Amino acid sequence: MSSRREKADALRRLMNSEGETVGRNTRNVNQLSDYAIQRFDDYDEARSAARGIKESAIENLPELIDRVDEAVEENGGQVHVAQTAADANRIVEGIMADRDAEKLVKSKSMTTEEIEVNDHLEEAGYEVFETDLGEFVVQIADEAPSHLIAPAIHKSPDEIAALFNHAFDLETDLSGDPNELTEFARERVGEHIREADVGMTGANFVVAESGTLMLVTNEGNARKTASTPDTHIAVAGVEKLVPSLADLQPFTELIGKTGTGQDITSYVSLMTPPVDTPIPDFEADEFRDAEEREFHLILLDNGRMGMREDDDLRETLYCIRCGACSNACSNFQSVGGHAFGGETYTGGIGTGWEAGVHGLDSASGMNDLCTGCSRCVPKCPVEIDIPWINTVVRDRLNRDAESDEFDFLVEGLAPDEEPGGLDLQKRLFGNVGTLAKVGSLTPGLANAVAGSRPGKWLLDQAFGVDPRRDLPEFADETLREWYGARGAQVSDPDRDVVLYPDVYTDYFDPERGKAAVRTLEALGVRVHIPAVPESGRAPLSQGMVETAREKAEAVHASLVTHIDDGRDVVVIEPSDLAMFRRDYEHLLPERSADRLAENSYEVLEYVYGLLDNGADADALSSPADGDGELAYHSHCQQRTMDLDEYTETVLSDLGYILRTSDVECCGMAGSFGYKREYYEVSVDVGEHLRDDLGDVSDRQLIASGTSCQDQLDALYEREVPHPIEVIAPR
Amino acid sequence: MSTDSLSTFETAVPGTVHRTAAADASEALAEAIEPPAIGTAIPHDGVSLPDSVETDLSPSDLESAATGVTPAALGIAEYGTVTIPSGAAGDELVSLYTPRHVAVVAASDVVPDMAAAYERLSEDFAAGADTQILSTGPSATADMGTLVQGVHGPSETHVVLLEDR
Ligand code: SF4
Repeated sequence: MSSRREKADALRRLMNSEGETVGRNTRNVNQLSDYAIQRFDDYDEARSAARGIKESAIENLPELIDRVDEAVEENGGQVHVAQTAADANRIVEGIMADRDAEKLVKSKSMTTEEIEVNDHLEEAGYEVFETDLGEFVVQIADEAPSHLIAPAIHKSPDEIAALFNHAFDLETDLSGDPNELTEFARERVGEHIREADVGMTGANFVVAESGTLMLVTNEGNARKTASTPDTHIAVAGVEKLVPSLADLQPFTELIGKTGTGQDITSYVSLMTPPVDTPIPDFEADEFRDAEEREFHLILLDNGRMGMREDDDLRETLYCIRCGACSNACSNFQSVGGHAFGGETYTGGIGTGWEAGVHGLDSASGMNDLCTGCSRCVPKCPVEIDIPWINTVVRDRLNRDAESDEFDFLVEGLAPDEEPGGLDLQKRLFGNVGTLAKVGSLTPGLANAVAGSRPGKWLLDQAFGVDPRRDLPEFADETLREWYGARGAQVSDPDRDVVLYPDVYTDYFDPERGKAAVRTLEALGVRVHIPAVPESGRAPLSQGMVETAREKAEAVHASLVTHIDDGRDVVVIEPSDLAMFRRDYEHLLPERSADRLAENSYEVLEYVYGLLDNGADADALSSPADGDGELAYHSHCQQRTMDLDEYTETVLSDLGYILRTSDVECCGMAGSFGYKREYYEVSVDVGEHLRDDLGDVSDRQLIASGTSCQDQLDALYEREVPHPIEVIAPR
Repeated sequence: MSTDSLSTFETAVPGTVHRTAAADASEALAEAIEPPAIGTAIPHDGVSLPDSVETDLSPSDLESAATGVTPAALGIAEYGTVTIPSGAAGDELVSLYTPRHVAVVAASDVVPDMAAAYERLSEDFAAGADTQILSTGPSATADMGTLVQGVHGPSETHVVLLEDR
């Protein structure tokens, strides 16, 4: 239990010290990036091209390595393949010694962070200086980067000024003016570059055919680092190889847009080293012949070839490290990369990288911070399913955990497919469907226990359920009980649908289910509400993949006969629809997953379709005088699937006046806000949503997801209905 | 090059564009340059650098010059990008070390978009111009809390567009 408390404390500390600056900066970049993508008509085309190039490059990696070896050698450089970080460092050190070098300057590269080359060289007596200003700051602060592309994103100008004033013996202290700080850092760094014996860069891409490196920067430091000293060492993961120059085109267009929100970064350098540029010797004030240039390309494996063989982690190798997934992550926005990191990598895809290059342990600290909200998915320029990678790693961590003394207690009781050592908290939330079924047998008792002090104490102690959050209350009558007693009321239907009775609607909030029934019936649809198991969302979000797969199979089995009968499946809870449309891909045979995905609809999407096909909107509730103003927060997964527009259009067509939220996620994300260690993060993210929605005292607040409703409920202390409850006939 | 692409290019360039006929290039360059200036030879017929531009370089010139002039191989209209090939004359350093960079590009080398640019780049690379910088506006950073221009590279960029070349 104490580790939960420690984790909560650590997160709180980071939120207090870095949260505000990280939040401001990441949200800013995220918005710029949304805007850049929106103006780029070919976004989806470029993404699939980029993905295709990466898929085939990773597939053909061994050939590409041979190819680049030849090409670089032909240019007069040398390729070294390093199996491990230690190998890479040994090679670097050898080059330094051969050149009698003393000082190395480095442009920003996560791969060199991964091998910790600075520490290694410094221990061997060499001087190493970072040239990217953000890295320079982090180096002086002796910290790890907080972000893949913006290492010092967690520091404000005042903090940087204080850091510089402390580190350097200056005649007059620097103020927090960014121009002055930049000028100062530029001078310092510039001097190091002019004096350095060796320049080290990473590479965003390496072209196998020609040995060309693509280096992307705004500052120009990579160019200077590569072309000023006479020796250039580039360190790149093997995954950076692409076959030919033309393959770089989609990446050139994507990387600025998703990474920094620029249409294109200031410099996209296509360098084929050793370059022809004469060598400037600033001390002697003369140029030396370019012939004297030396170039080494170190290709790093360090776990990557293993990732290539791993069906679930392989996608991580497609990552171009633009950092967009971190900026789009509401939890990252709150806690920043120092909470969201392992030994090297941070943020959305950090878990995948850490699991691949450093092992599961290093990924474990941050893995739970992913709530699976999926807002990073549309942002990834190579279409990586980041939440799935996080789920897989979570599953492996579950399986890796050691059994403890309580296991015999749960092992026999829990109806899941998971191993003994699984964290009890995860097991509780993962089995919520079963718990709900049991609890709803005696809803009064269950509510009393869950709401009582001893009940809350037990949930806190044994499962880490935060007592500050109220658990949802069981309804007296489930949706299916209500519907069973009432029966279908449309006899000559235009359409037949199955309303998917998700756990929350069925047991806790049947009102929104009833509203869905009334709405669909009013539009001429006959509704069926059969018994269908929980979608698997709950276990999936806890990383219990096998349990989720079993649920998926059961759901498919019970819905497929309805689909065979020509019935559409209508889903109220967006996270369950996301299971059917996105996650089942990973859990079911392709044809089964496709079938379910194609025949399932979000409830307001379905209503939109009915109205669009001529159903009579007058049958629905439109705003009576005075209550037509709404503040609407759509669910994160609903937005990822581009479904929020249907709700917004239906509501405004009916005459409602809508204000919507722009934030990525409400921060509740199902079980997340209930967990003691994350409760405060959840509140922090929620408060940002409240700021974004502004004053809503004059209007009704509505939300599509149960987790969002819970969160808004707690933030505003008022009931937050589903949009379907607003438009349902009274 | 279509006038459409040229005007797209002109609007997209994040810096000043000087449109000129080759015969008047000296004047346009003089306008774009702040002395002292250094430069590398412009490969277009009838275009030469003004006498005030130093072409016999030393590293200290890189540090003291206010302007660096280099040719650009391509203009990419959609992004306002120019590509700077690097060669033995030191174009890469000249375009990088001075606070103002002036790129000279022929209208016939302005391509509409990135796809066309990569077609041309692939040809150039095959022909040996195998280091080129796609440069779009000044060097910039947001690492110190707000956008600051002119970090390791120029803080200001100009493009001289030769309409009849
Ligand atoms: S996973 Fe995608 S969005 Fe995240 S850093 Fe990698 S490429 Fe960018």
